[in-house]
Amino acid sequence: MEIIELLGFGAKGWGALILTGMLLTLCVTLASLAIGALVGGLIATAKLSNFWWLRVLGTTYTTIFRGVPELLIIYLIYFGGSNAVTAIGHAMGIEGFLGMPSFLAGALAVGLISAAYQAEVYRGAYRAIPRGEIEAAASIGMPPLRCVRRIILPQILRFAIPGLNNVWQLSLKDSALISVTGLAELMRTTQVAAGSTRQYFMFYIVGGLLYLVLTSFSERLFNSAERRSNKSMPRGMGQV
Amino acid sequence: MSATPRLSVRNIRKSFGAHEVLRGISLDAHDGDVISVLGASGSGKSTFLRCINMLESADDGDVIVSGEKITMKTTSQGRGAANRKQLDRIRTELGMVFQSFNLWSHMTILENIIEGPVHVQKRPRAECIAEAEALLEKVGIADRKDYYPAHLSGGQKQRAAIARSLAMKPKVILFDEPTSALDPELVGEVLRVMRDLAAEKMTMLVVTHEMGFARNVSNRVIFMRDGLIDCQGTPDDMFGGQGSPYFQQFIRHMETENDAA
Repeated sequence: MEIIELLGFGAKGWGALILTGMLLTLCVTLASLAIGALVGGLIATAKLSNFWWLRVLGTTYTTIFRGVPELLIIYLIYFGGSNAVTAIGHAMGIEGFLGMPSFLAGALAVGLISAAYQAEVYRGAYRAIPRGEIEAAASIGMPPLRCVRRIILPQILRFAIPGLNNVWQLSLKDSALISVTGLAELMRTTQVAAGSTRQYFMFYIVGGLLYLVLTSFSERLFNSAERRSNKSMPRGMGQV
Repeated sequence: MSATPRLSVRNIRKSFGAHEVLRGISLDAHDGDVISVLGASGSGKSTFLRCINMLESADDGDVIVSGEKITMKTTSQGRGAANRKQLDRIRTELGMVFQSFNLWSHMTILENIIEGPVHVQKRPRAECIAEAEALLEKVGIADRKDYYPAHLSGGQKQRAAIARSLAMKPKVILFDEPTSALDPELVGEVLRVMRDLAAEKMTMLVVTHEMGFARNVSNRVIFMRDGLIDCQGTPDDMFGGQGSPYFQQFIRHMETENDAA
């Protein structure tokens, strides 16, 4: 009985808070996916560039953000960012410590990590496009930017879906680390609920199950997207 | 023959590193000409074709389409078209059919064919679809219009690629070994489409190993050797024993290959 009360939506229940946390986890991961897509696209372009210094820049980025612990990057951006915000505040005459908004810091940190992985996914996807198809576009007089939009991007997306599914799952789990900044996402809310009720076992299991709900639900979305994009692939390559 | 050639190529040169692949090639193609370009592999014939529509940029020489010269410039990146807009406009007039078809794999056959007319030439979609369907009918794959390239045979893909090229209403079509990637039993269906085009007076420049096509369909045969035009003439003259000794040797070699196969 007590368990139902604790998980319910009543005065003593944590249900509403936990579901809100789950929603926040979803939102912060979506935001980081978008940031990661934008930055990752730029990094992939840099790594594929003809200019050596852009390639070095891209490689440096992916080496750092894939090689350093996620938690360190979150601390760096949250506390480092807060320092910067405080300094700006001082310059504008505002006294005391100013925190960086934890949602923003978290989405940015997970997004920048996701960008490093997404860049590799996009780069691989670009390489998978047969050169001849790009030459065919050039040979009918298609201007380069239109070729990117009509021929290259749709195919990058198609080849990138399985890799993006991976990155998305990683980001969902990375987002739990944002709990250290106090953002009341699923991990943090579960932690608080467990700590204040001393029902560690139950709340962590519930939290874990909710992460599984998120990952398995998104897995299904990615799989159906993959199936749809595979209808143009040779037979026997993932059609159902 | 005094009219402006549809395609005129002047003294094309091209090196890859220290290796000079093309050492000064010129040719004129007039209305309705079907020119077969023959030569052993490595003689530079594919590179020559790719230099015409600037998929490779020649180190020297000019390409003139219906009297309009593609303007060139030399920068630190090398030599290339000076005016991208002009190059793209001229490319719409130069069709290209590739050895490996190069259909866009994320589009259906119909989408492949209307892509250029709709998104490059900016013509009304409905009109382009009607034309594309007629072209598919003509090359004999109307029933495949909603298929993706991956689900077609090589011969069907190449016929679709020819239709894609025709949809742009080009002045000249360049064929880069159009049957070399095909299984032997599929070569015929592609050659038949090309023969029909020749009969309709399409101007064609065909790099090929198909001796039958060179002999029976084209009105001029060019034999390339070591980056130069070794000899050229009408198919009757060339195959009647008037080509250079190298050409004679080449066709003898091709014949023994065909016999062996």
